[in-house]
Amino acid sequence: MSELTDLYQEVILDHCKRPRNFGPLAGADHFAEGYNPLCGDKVKVYVALDGERLAGVGFEGSGCAISTASASLMTEALAGKSVPEAQRLFDEVHGMLTGDPSTAAEASESLGKLAALGGVREYPMRVKCATLAWHTLQAALAQRPGQAPAPVSTE
Amino acid sequence: MTTTVTTAPALDVAAVRAQFPILRTRVNNKPLVYLDSAASAQKPEPVIEAEARFYRESYANVHRGVHTLSQRATGAYEAARERVARFLGAADPADVVFTRSATEGLNLVAWCFARPRLRPGDEVLLTEMEHHSNIVPWQMVCEATGAKLVVAPVDERGELRMDELDRLLSPKTRVVALVHVSNALGTINPIAEVSRLAHAVGAAVVVDGAQAAPHLRIDVQALGCDFYTFSGHKVYGPTGIGALWGRKELLAEMPPWQGGGDMILHVSFARTDYAPPPARFEAGTPHIVGAVGLAAALDWLDSLPREAVAAHEHDLLAHATESLAAIPGVRLIGTARHKASVLSFLVAGVHAHDVGTILDSEGVAVRAGHHCAQPLMERFGVAATARASFAVYNTREEVDVLTAAVRKAQRLFA
Repeated sequence: MSELTDLYQEVILDHCKRPRNFGPLAGADHFAEGYNPLCGDKVKVYVALDGERLAGVGFEGSGCAISTASASLMTEALAGKSVPEAQRLFDEVHGMLTGDPSTAAEASESLGKLAALGGVREYPMRVKCATLAWHTLQAALAQRPGQAPAPVSTE
Repeated sequence: MTTTVTTAPALDVAAVRAQFPILRTRVNNKPLVYLDSAASAQKPEPVIEAEARFYRESYANVHRGVHTLSQRATGAYEAARERVARFLGAADPADVVFTRSATEGLNLVAWCFARPRLRPGDEVLLTEMEHHSNIVPWQMVCEATGAKLVVAPVDERGELRMDELDRLLSPKTRVVALVHVSNALGTINPIAEVSRLAHAVGAAVVVDGAQAAPHLRIDVQALGCDFYTFSGHKVYGPTGIGALWGRKELLAEMPPWQGGGDMILHVSFARTDYAPPPARFEAGTPHIVGAVGLAAALDWLDSLPREAVAAHEHDLLAHATESLAAIPGVRLIGTARHKASVLSFLVAGVHAHDVGTILDSEGVAVRAGHHCAQPLMERFGVAATARASFAVYNTREEVDVLTAAVRKAQRLFA
């Protein structure tokens, strides 16, 4: 069992209390909703694409510290990335949270600030909180114009 | 003339705790403080032992065969039914049906009692504090019959608005289904009064007793209801077993729940004659060992000085209420005048799931979430609460550990 401070690292608490890029994103052309009905976490992810580049990412919603901080950190990390780079980041975060220990260690090396989410892997019941925003992002990127995507869940 | 002075025997909590092996567990290097008995209670040695002994010495299928073990198993299973009847104050064990759970009991009543009776325009009256298990089955039968779901509200304290319930009752009301003790708020509902009002308009009363059974003395005659259900695992018994009591004349009119072995008198390909209750509602091999374990749990519970248990549990709830209410930033959800066991709370700035995780790091097990009562959570404008629930084996010291852990959560998120 890891220490509580491995889960609630300063970065996590900071992003939970002061979420970045919070609120509807002006000029967003992609959008999706995530909802974990069992725990009640809700997140909306907005993306403004400039060609293949994520010009802006925003989110809003309500949930626990882990889900809020994960969404907030995600919006910061993605700004300016290309769609394939965003997908790579998704894979790395996913690997850090759910992969085998060596994959996780490797991923957390390259993830910078996002590595703060790594403590969540020791709390299996909370992994779904950390991954919700990321799956919602994927759904947003896959959204076609004029189509409302079905809400995403990680439960 | 002699005067007899009776003093209620005190409860020896240490002796009670000693009977629960799991309470010696350490969680995260801390002694386990189990405050999640409303989700499921832990099991005392006599229950664990009764199940193991039954498998070792008496196990066979029931109601089949003439061999010795089958007779012994049948005897134990039917004795368990009598035990449940006694626990509920039921006059006849034949009015007690074994189910998987309280949930199955409610579904059984919805589908076998209400479904054939409901007509378009009829109403089923629930309360705002119902568990999903006492909402969804009624929604399903309403959808199937064209009947309408009507909901009696609760007030700010989490008490049932009896004036509203009375106003909503009408000759269209066919069923009133409500919880005896709310799992999310702890509110104790005045079932006898509800029964009186409901019967005055000809409605049947269905009571979800899952949270009441471990804490209150149940007497279905005095409550005046028509159906009462509870689950074994919340009264210190096994999972997968529960019971439904119903009025004999109502059970007798009801069609079977499931088809299969044990619920029949005679089967041919042309037709089947069904067995009378309770067998009619117990198709297939039942949870024999669960019933035996449940009887052991009820024996164990009734062996404790009942008044002293109630006083102890009341003291725990009062101490916890006072301790948490004294912490700035903590909001209690559910402050009814008559409550049992349950304390739901919010910590400002800390989501209930984070509260749950932080408390767990101190060894404290609480439930965090919507408690399968989403409409109620919406009523109070919250997505989730943390819920501490108390049982006979908890102590004042454990309440103090809870309080300190809540303060720790606040410090971490300060």
